[in-house]
Amino acid sequence: MSARTGINRRDFVRTGAAAGGGLLVALCAPLPLRARGVQAAGNKEVAVNAFVRIGSDETVTVISAHSEMGQGIYTSLPMLLNEELEADWSKVRVEAAPVDAVYNHPVFGIQMTGGSTTSPAEWERYRKMGAVARIMLVQAAADQWKLDPSALHVENGVVIHGATKRRATYGSLANAAAKLKPPAEVPLKSPKDFKLVGKPTRRLDTPSKVNGTGQFGLDVHVPGMLTAVVARPPVFGGKAKTFDATETLKIPGVKAVQEVPSGVAVIAAGFWPAKTGREKLKVDWDLGPNANLSSEQMFSDFSEMSKKPGAIAKKAGDPDAALKTAAKTLTAEYNVPYLAHAMMEPLNCVVDLRADSCEIWTGTQFETVDRASAAQVAGLPPEKVQIHTMLLGGGFGRRANPASDFVVEAVHVAKVAKAPVKVVWTREDDLKGGWYRPMWHDRFTAGLDASGNPIVWTHTIVGQSIMQGTLFESMFVKGGVDPSSVEGAADLLYGIPNLQVDLHTPKISVPVQWWRSVGHSHTGFSVEAFLDEVAHAGGKDPYELRRSLLANHPRMLKCLDLVAQKANWGSKPPSGIGRGIATHFSFDSYVAQVVEASVEKGDVKVHRVVCAVDCGMVINPDTVKAQMEGGIIFGLTAALKSEITLKNGRVEQDNFHNYEMLRINETPEIEVHIVPSTENPTGVGEPGVPPLAPALANAIFAATGQRIRRLPIRTSDLT
Amino acid sequence: MTSFFVNGKQVHVDVDPSTPLLWVLRDSLGTTGTKFGCGMALCGACTVHLEGEAVRSCSTALSRAEGKHVTTIEGLSPNLNHPLQRAWIEIDVPQCGYCQSGQIMNAAALLAKTPNPTDADIDDAMSGNICRCGTYPRIRRAIHRAAEMGSGRAK
Repeated sequence: MSARTGINRRDFVRTGAAAGGGLLVALCAPLPLRARGVQAAGNKEVAVNAFVRIGSDETVTVISAHSEMGQGIYTSLPMLLNEELEADWSKVRVEAAPVDAVYNHPVFGIQMTGGSTTSPAEWERYRKMGAVARIMLVQAAADQWKLDPSALHVENGVVIHGATKRRATYGSLANAAAKLKPPAEVPLKSPKDFKLVGKPTRRLDTPSKVNGTGQFGLDVHVPGMLTAVVARPPVFGGKAKTFDATETLKIPGVKAVQEVPSGVAVIAAGFWPAKTGREKLKVDWDLGPNANLSSEQMFSDFSEMSKKPGAIAKKAGDPDAALKTAAKTLTAEYNVPYLAHAMMEPLNCVVDLRADSCEIWTGTQFETVDRASAAQVAGLPPEKVQIHTMLLGGGFGRRANPASDFVVEAVHVAKVAKAPVKVVWTREDDLKGGWYRPMWHDRFTAGLDASGNPIVWTHTIVGQSIMQGTLFESMFVKGGVDPSSVEGAADLLYGIPNLQVDLHTPKISVPVQWWRSVGHSHTGFSVEAFLDEVAHAGGKDPYELRRSLLANHPRMLKCLDLVAQKANWGSKPPSGIGRGIATHFSFDSYVAQVVEASVEKGDVKVHRVVCAVDCGMVINPDTVKAQMEGGIIFGLTAALKSEITLKNGRVEQDNFHNYEMLRINETPEIEVHIVPSTENPTGVGEPGVPPLAPALANAIFAATGQRIRRLPIRTSDLT
Repeated sequence: MTSFFVNGKQVHVDVDPSTPLLWVLRDSLGTTGTKFGCGMALCGACTVHLEGEAVRSCSTALSRAEGKHVTTIEGLSPNLNHPLQRAWIEIDVPQCGYCQSGQIMNAAALLAKTPNPTDADIDDAMSGNICRCGTYPRIRRAIHRAAEMGSGRAK
């Protein structure tokens, strides 16, 4: 640690003690001043509770218990809190929470961001925290003026006594308010009285994202910091036997080459010497048992497996008997590949490990898990590990890693670097690094009655479990069924009387993980594309068939009708263009989409996507629209562009030339319609993804008569 | 020693002249607004201006900047008043925001040459910039909006 003698890193990154444990303690605890929360000269800030600080200059800082990864939560949570606080919105700022139990997810009980759950889970708490603060500020004014608080009201950050026209700003009252006991009862506004929630509101984080000041994990600099890249085995489960760093160490700036559990770390003064150093490194790998893995072979194994039913996830009626009475039956198999999250900001993590502390800067969705994992590697109790959650340059699930892979590795590197270190993944590291959306195979059989209505539906799913082998397995996996493997299939909304959904869960040594919309990312495609086959087999209009099967689900029916109306379903599309429709229920939200597409010279052209969504009450309508737009483009990328394949255990993709992303010139016109609702908010970040691929596949069928049963869509499947 | 100008200020750096400009900007000079996305000029996150031309700094050797002027997102305007920044804020383009420095710098080079771009001009100029969050429809709207602002047809 001598390398850092004389450096006062606190001049650079200012931090303080973490907030206290329980809610009541934290309600009055001073909160950490964060690197990003630099205060204006002369401003004094007071934490009224763990979720809001008020400055003597009237700034209001809302502490976000959740990470901003693009979904707009750094605006939605302040909106919720300020709905009740009623401060001047132009003075509201946002800051990432430190890791502390007080910031645990109200449902999951750990500090995390994921599953499209933040808005639903925080809907009440953030408003309550705003109300608590307002009540205490009003009480402080009442005490000062010796009046009853009921005689006072608030307006835009000012407490007012109407009769005497006395006014006191929140900034002037914050100190006194923070010393009061929080109120026992916290009544909340009725939604009909909302002033901010439900109104399109500009994001608080946009200015910092258009002038280069926004701080992502990769932008963190700690004095004395080194940069490392890690050479990882070419096959999952491999290990370095020996390495020769002679040439690497000749590169100016390379400081050390050290083995870590995940590979061999090249530690240097900056990224470029580390990366060029790694290119010169010679590693003799023990490839381990997975050097024969082939995704092509896996698909054929999966198809074989799906010929027999697996563990039952859902059964209704008597599918076997009903199938015998069916006037018509049809069977189809669907395949989707491994997919990488490919966030634009490659994974990275800064660690400053000292004898009695460990400070981490990273973009993470999984603070509690990362802290526990880091503490274990560092040999410290968790409370000695601090995590500074930076802006996430995309998450999509990858930054909520059950093994905290990128954090654990960085702590290991910090141990051998003996200096603060930033571990950076290259794009190649990211795409080859595993933790993919699993490959899936889906086999369906449907039976139709004489009028063409589906009376039997069996669905056999084959694919790896993302929970298996993680700390979540015992919590979620029951009777051999990981619910995330069958979501969107076992909870089918369509009223088909005889239904079976079953699951095979092969064990394969490719690390897999949740990926934006999780299980719905494959069931959305296969279920809705096969339903289109069923509609055509029965001579039904795909929209009308869905309508008849959704009779018991009025919210989805409304979305379906809205999207059909907005897309002019039933009118004749322009020549060569096909229209496809799909619905999908996920993360408690209802989404229906219509895609217009054509096929020109073996290329799919998507002209227009119309989307209707019911996600309950909306906090920021513009954010809901943005998430639907983003989800649609994410879904289009998966449908048209990307796949991770393995050959001889090696991932065949390297960078964006062979793991392609949709680009602006391929982006269709997108129209989003929000169904007004008085229900509680539901998920928004993920539900836009699942209906896109099937709506597109169904549009291609309408345009060309060609069924699409695997993704990504290949030219060879179009001719 | 390589000398060049970053956002109007002369800088001198003593690193291997084959080092990509991106890592000189980020690691040597601390201008981290310019982002690393692929390292192969495939995603555009690292776009800066070299003598007014949009270049991918991840694949531009430092030696090419010798004596020249480099503009990064930090140098686009002193206080968020470039039409593109105003349009990006008005339309709330960014989601995660990571690619947006590159998007804006690329769009700025487009508008400098083509003050009123058509959709086809935007497709041509911007298809080298990836946005994984899918903000493309808003990028398109914001470029048109910035063109309006820049031409004085709107404010």
